[in-house]
Amino acid sequence: MKPAPFVHHVPRSLDEAVEMLARVAEDDGRILAGGQTLVPTMALRLARPSHLVDINTIPELTRIEVADGALVVGACVRHAAFHRPVEPGPLGALLATVVRHIAHLPIRTRGTMCGSLANADPASEWCLVAETLGAMLELRSVRGTRTIAADAFNLGYLETALAPDEMLAFVRLPLLPATTRFGFEEVSRRAGDYAQAMALAVCEIEGGVMRAVRLGLGAVEGKPRRLAEAEALLEGARPEPDLFRRAGAVASGLAEPVEADEEVAVYKRHLAGVVVERALLRAASIATDGSSHEIIRGVP
Amino acid sequence: MSEREIVLTVNGVEHRVRVEPRRTLVDTLRETIGLTGTHVGCEHGVCGACTVLLDGEPVRACLMFAVQAEGKAIRTVEGLATGDTLHPMQQAFMDHHALQCGFCTPGFLMLAVGVLERQPDITDDEIVDMLSSNLCRCTGYVNIIKAVRAVAAQGRVA
Repeated sequence: MKPAPFVHHVPRSLDEAVEMLARVAEDDGRILAGGQTLVPTMALRLARPSHLVDINTIPELTRIEVADGALVVGACVRHAAFHRPVEPGPLGALLATVVRHIAHLPIRTRGTMCGSLANADPASEWCLVAETLGAMLELRSVRGTRTIAADAFNLGYLETALAPDEMLAFVRLPLLPATTRFGFEEVSRRAGDYAQAMALAVCEIEGGVMRAVRLGLGAVEGKPRRLAEAEALLEGARPEPDLFRRAGAVASGLAEPVEADEEVAVYKRHLAGVVVERALLRAASIATDGSSHEIIRGVP
Repeated sequence: MSEREIVLTVNGVEHRVRVEPRRTLVDTLRETIGLTGTHVGCEHGVCGACTVLLDGEPVRACLMFAVQAEGKAIRTVEGLATGDTLHPMQQAFMDHHALQCGFCTPGFLMLAVGVLERQPDITDDEIVDMLSSNLCRCTGYVNIIKAVRAVAAQGRVA
């Protein structure tokens, strides 16, 4: 359970980091940010990078600020930064709600939002948020800078559009209008464990009907995705429990779990409907009942 | 592989050590510096036995390398007591029978001390959520929660 030897590189700036990465990329060089996934993977010898470019000492990557209608989050901003709203609008509240579901506190003090996005675990809460809100990711290399949408970045199940010599430097999350409502629901087997299913619902309610509906499903398929058919059902409709139950049924029908075991797939499709329905109830401020444990006992 | 000389500040004392970059912080604390109060459990971030405070924040010492801790204030269980006087959290663990075999205890102590120092007004539910990050294989959670709640209620850590 000890990591294999590697050469530790400590760049002092983002430019220096991508230069170092370019030199070692072909030799399985990797970026080390929070290390909360990479280091255990190395301890288990599932990863044996020969070089680590440690970006923890680069001040510009701790940047977190609102600019041009978006929240800009640098590659070294820890999950724990979001425990309290980082901006006064609905986005800050949304991130403060979701972050409580990410692992445990001592993991959140080291792990980073950009690290989660770059790792692209299907059960990553931040990947679901980025997909649902249409985040833009800024990738850097010695070849230049390119900006790519979260949906194009995440290729599913731990794969991304990152080239070996590229690093995710910043993510831009669009600010949400002040009247935006949101609901997040996650089912996991233990506190802090990986999600079995999760959903994020974002909408506005104008004149008694829902507008600008975004509905994302995560941890069921190889990557999170928006449920366009369910969004269409909800757009312009009155927020009511019966409608949300139907939206959940649509989600269950659409979900294609990446499970070899058919019984687990059936369970995941069921959970997809449950989390979608509950996320919508939360977004509409309609009280939900019961805990995730009761959901598990209620499996058909 | 090449070793690097670094200076680690542990409980206010500077230690000049030579380590390979792959050496984790917890192995360096125990094997190189000789502070064996911090325990090694799962070595992949799940159990929390190796929890220490890094600039006041609880972290898994098995999930970072010692070379990353240079320039940071590291606190371990050895730094809690003052002479023969136990830290209030240690005393509360004794008073509430919050330890059985004691293997997980250093991690729980550092986790609870780190969180209560920063958040003295923590609620009972938040304490339970916070403590869910560490494992006790004796399953002594009820008494661990009691001990931490007692310290929080008396405001003895902040």
